[in-house]
Amino acid sequence: MSLTVLRLNTPDTDRVIAGIEAEVARAPKLFSGLPVLIDLNRHRVDIAQVADIARNQGLVPVAVVDADDDSAASARACGLGVLQQAALDSQASRPRSDERPAARIVDQPVRSGQQLYARGTDLIIRAPVSAGAEVLADGSIHIYGPLRGRALAGCRGDETARIFCQSLEAELVAVAGNYLVADDIASEHRSQPSMVRLVDETLTIENL
Amino acid sequence: MAKIIVVTSGKGGVGKTTTSASFATGLAQAGHKTVVIDFDVGLRNLDLIMGVERRVVFDFINVIAQEATLKQALIRDKRVENLYILAASQTRDKDALTEAGVARVIDELSKDFDYIVCDSPAGIEKGALLAMHFADEALVVTNPEVSSVRDSDRVLGILSSKTQRAKTGESVKEHLVITRYDANRVARGEMLSVEDVKDILAIPLLGVIPESRDVLNASNQGAPVISMPEVQAAEAYKDLVARFLGEERTHRFLDPSSKGFLNRLFGG
Ligand SMILES: Nc1ncnc2c1ncn2[C@@H]1O[C@H](COP(=O)(O)OP(=O)(O)OP(=O)(O)O)[C@@H](O)[C@H]1O
Ligand SMILES: [Mg+2]
Repeated sequence: MSLTVLRLNTPDTDRVIAGIEAEVARAPKLFSGLPVLIDLNRHRVDIAQVADIARNQGLVPVAVVDADDDSAASARACGLGVLQQAALDSQASRPRSDERPAARIVDQPVRSGQQLYARGTDLIIRAPVSAGAEVLADGSIHIYGPLRGRALAGCRGDETARIFCQSLEAELVAVAGNYLVADDIASEHRSQPSMVRLVDETLTIENL
Repeated sequence: MAKIIVVTSGKGGVGKTTTSASFATGLAQAGHKTVVIDFDVGLRNLDLIMGVERRVVFDFINVIAQEATLKQALIRDKRVENLYILAASQTRDKDALTEAGVARVIDELSKDFDYIVCDSPAGIEKGALLAMHFADEALVVTNPEVSSVRDSDRVLGILSSKTQRAKTGESVKEHLVITRYDANRVARGEMLSVEDVKDILAIPLLGVIPESRDVLNASNQGAPVISMPEVQAAEAYKDLVARFLGEERTHRFLDPSSKGFLNRLFGG
């Protein structure tokens, strides 16, 4: 089992909580029941509160990593394990490219209200993605059909991820957190075979 | 073993009950022993359209609650041989509908009938989910407008993920039925065309039923529209049933009317 690492980049408990809530809100089904390690990154936050919020959001906090002695004590007090940084390194939190799982291939249409996620890999869909549907991948997304819903590639920050589709009619496209909504998509790309990628940190659409 | 067909849509008021009544009648007229079940608990409708509302003693919920036998609750159609109706309860609340109860009733009906047609309520709540749960095939009823098509798309997603067939790795056979099609309004760009709807939903088209006042007239008379003579909507439903039974028929009534002689004759 691979564990997802929640790495804190601020000592501000409120901002950490807001960050967790925002992340989960983007794709609630992905996170539901997901075991997580909280990488404290040497920050001191209110661990009990952060763990509570994470649980309320459907995550399953398992342990903290990189905690100083005080934080380690409070983590244990609220039932979390305490791991050393070394454990995290050997745990291989992010799949390295040579061990990326095979792409997820889907032959059925992705319908309104459905959400599909290719964890740690590419997503290949051989059918339409309907308006109101959402497809996500940690890698790239290839759609052999029209994209009418939302597509988010590089969900865990891979800026080289791309989106390909036979007809771009999307409600939203995103790569590594950079997104464009339907209104931002120029008419010359509408309903065209397209590729979406990051070029110099700007999300760019090219007709294929 | 009966074939179980759900008539479903997502959006309300698009013509599910109208379609269920005519479809079941058409199957029975073709010689297949058919029962049509009203899953819309609390809102009886099917029995009115079938003209049997004054003969309902026991209903679907009574059978599920084992307060009546199927034999007592099945209403035999007086005009069409081989056709039976299982009415919904007007008084009971939706909690009375249970998966185990529905499974038992459908199982028992399966031994005796060729086709079981399940008229689904609108929405994607319990009643709608149970109506589709045991389906082998689905008629997805859509009006040619964006919100109706969107809801049907959602229902197609549920059919392929939440039904019994989906859970055993099989698929529910999907058929598209476009109702209330007004070719004149399509030509003016006020409604989606058949091609637009087919393109979005990407499932095979079984039939297109034109918008027609005859549908309301028929239901006021307590007869499914398919049994009305010289009526376009009836002809379209007959074509639909024939196609379902494997015949090839071209789709009719797709072009704007020129208000010619035939149209007046058919009251288009
Ligand atoms: N082809 C048609 N032309 C004109 N009117 C129609 C047509 N089909 C259905 N209607 C009308 O639309 C209304 C709704 O039809 P119906 O009750 O069959 O829909 P439904 O999908 O079963 O509704 P609900 O979701 O409430 O169960 C009725 O008044 C009916 O007469
Ligand atoms: Mg109805």
